[in-house]
Amino acid sequence: MLWVNIKRIIRTGFFNFSRNAFVSLSSILVMIITLSVLASLIFISAILNETLLQVKNKVDINVYFTIAAPEAEILSLQKTLEGLPEVSSITYTSREQALEDFKLRHENDELTLQAIEELGQNPLQASLNIKAKNPSEYEGIADFLQNKPILSTDGSSIVEKVNYYQNKVAIDTLSRLIATSERLGTIIAIVLIVVSILITLNTVRLAIYISREEISVMRLVGASSFYVRGPFVVVGVIYGALAGVLTLLLFYPITYWLGGQTSTFFINFNVFDYYTHNFGQIFLIIMFAGMIIGAISSYIAVRKYLKV
Amino acid sequence: MIYFDKVSKVYPDESVALEDVTFAVEPQEFVSVVGHSGAGKTTLIKLILAEDKPTSGKVFFGSTNIHTLKYNEVPEYRRKIGVVFQDFRLLPNKNVYENIAFSMEAAGRTDEEIESDVPHVLELVDLSKKIWSFPNELSGGEKQRVAIARAIVNQPDIIIADEPTGNLDPINTFEIVQILKKINDLGTTVILTTHNKGVIDSLGRRVITMEGGKVVRDDKEGRYII
Repeated sequence: MLWVNIKRIIRTGFFNFSRNAFVSLSSILVMIITLSVLASLIFISAILNETLLQVKNKVDINVYFTIAAPEAEILSLQKTLEGLPEVSSITYTSREQALEDFKLRHENDELTLQAIEELGQNPLQASLNIKAKNPSEYEGIADFLQNKPILSTDGSSIVEKVNYYQNKVAIDTLSRLIATSERLGTIIAIVLIVVSILITLNTVRLAIYISREEISVMRLVGASSFYVRGPFVVVGVIYGALAGVLTLLLFYPITYWLGGQTSTFFINFNVFDYYTHNFGQIFLIIMFAGMIIGAISSYIAVRKYLKV
Repeated sequence: MIYFDKVSKVYPDESVALEDVTFAVEPQEFVSVVGHSGAGKTTLIKLILAEDKPTSGKVFFGSTNIHTLKYNEVPEYRRKIGVVFQDFRLLPNKNVYENIAFSMEAAGRTDEEIESDVPHVLELVDLSKKIWSFPNELSGGEKQRVAIARAIVNQPDIIIADEPTGNLDPINTFEIVQILKKINDLGTTVILTTHNKGVIDSLGRRVITMEGGKVVRDDKEGRYII
């Protein structure tokens, strides 16, 4: 019996959908807008995360050593630092390497190169470039370097300077910015999704208002609430699924066009590549969101007319 | 079969629709309820259909007090009643066959029963030729015959016809009344509300006359007297 009812409900749902083409069309259009907002949020959060990730990677601490510092001690310090849980990676640049880099950077600047030659010796310092796993952890690493004076065998410090304190202000600002933008992003996402659901609900309610007579007749011939409501929920799911497919199709040319723009705008991020690489996941999110929003909207919207 | 026990209905705006109404309808009776607009006929029917609750008093269907039914028991109860309205209330996007089949589906009948019963019931109201027409392709009389077919297809214990001839010309009115009579002769109780004097006088059956929410006359072989 239940199976016969479910079969009839699904059949009636498809039937009502096809016979109310115009109402269906407007409901689907509103759903497409809702789902587009959702899809845009996915892309914006991906862009934001990618940008933050890349900016985070650019933040680092440089420790400069005195010219006299023996390489073995620097390397042993590197070992100690690599043991810290906050540290993600450390690159050692020897004095010779620093000079090579310097020359390479200034290869078109004859005057500077000549000045270096004139000096007769290498004026550049060896350095360690430290990257933390998280921007908020730089302070701990800098403190570690500060509180543990690294002494060479002859008693003088081998560390000349730690450039963290120069960068501290910038790093702090960035940490705050990341935290704020993530919080703000979440709030905006929730608000937008709620607003979209309300708009969809209203459109579906309008569509069901047209059928209120039909609902009251159904009730009077003795149809149960489940039986009256079922087809509307099925129609809601169809709206959601169709709107989902159309939204996914719509985003193909949009991201393709934006892909070229974003890859020059943002640091190495192509929206189109992101879309095609994560298509399975985005497909599931959009389709499920569409069908669930459609079903819930219909379910709530019919309730009002079920009281007969 | 239907028993009104000192039933009153007062709407929230203090207007009194029914006042201390008591009467009984026996099985296989054909009862007409007459009265001016506002006499309380529609409220009476709404109470029988469990669309509304009385302010005081009880309404029984058999031994069941209708207004103690739970929300999810109401659909089951309504399947025992066939209803015909003045404005037909057919589903406009379903054809004649589907309109009748729908009511059977809602009652949980099998597909085989639906396929055999729908043509049969359309034969009874003489509409076999219009089985695939949509409501907007039918005349008023034809629409009302579809509505009657829908009401009787689940073999209800009682048919309630609320002003079924209100929108029809005399010839169609006559035909509808003949169909209702035929249904009654086949053993189904009929309650008919109307203000059509001709209909009442031609029937020669029991007439309950209402005025200002009260039953003022109840005649075994009544005529239209107000």
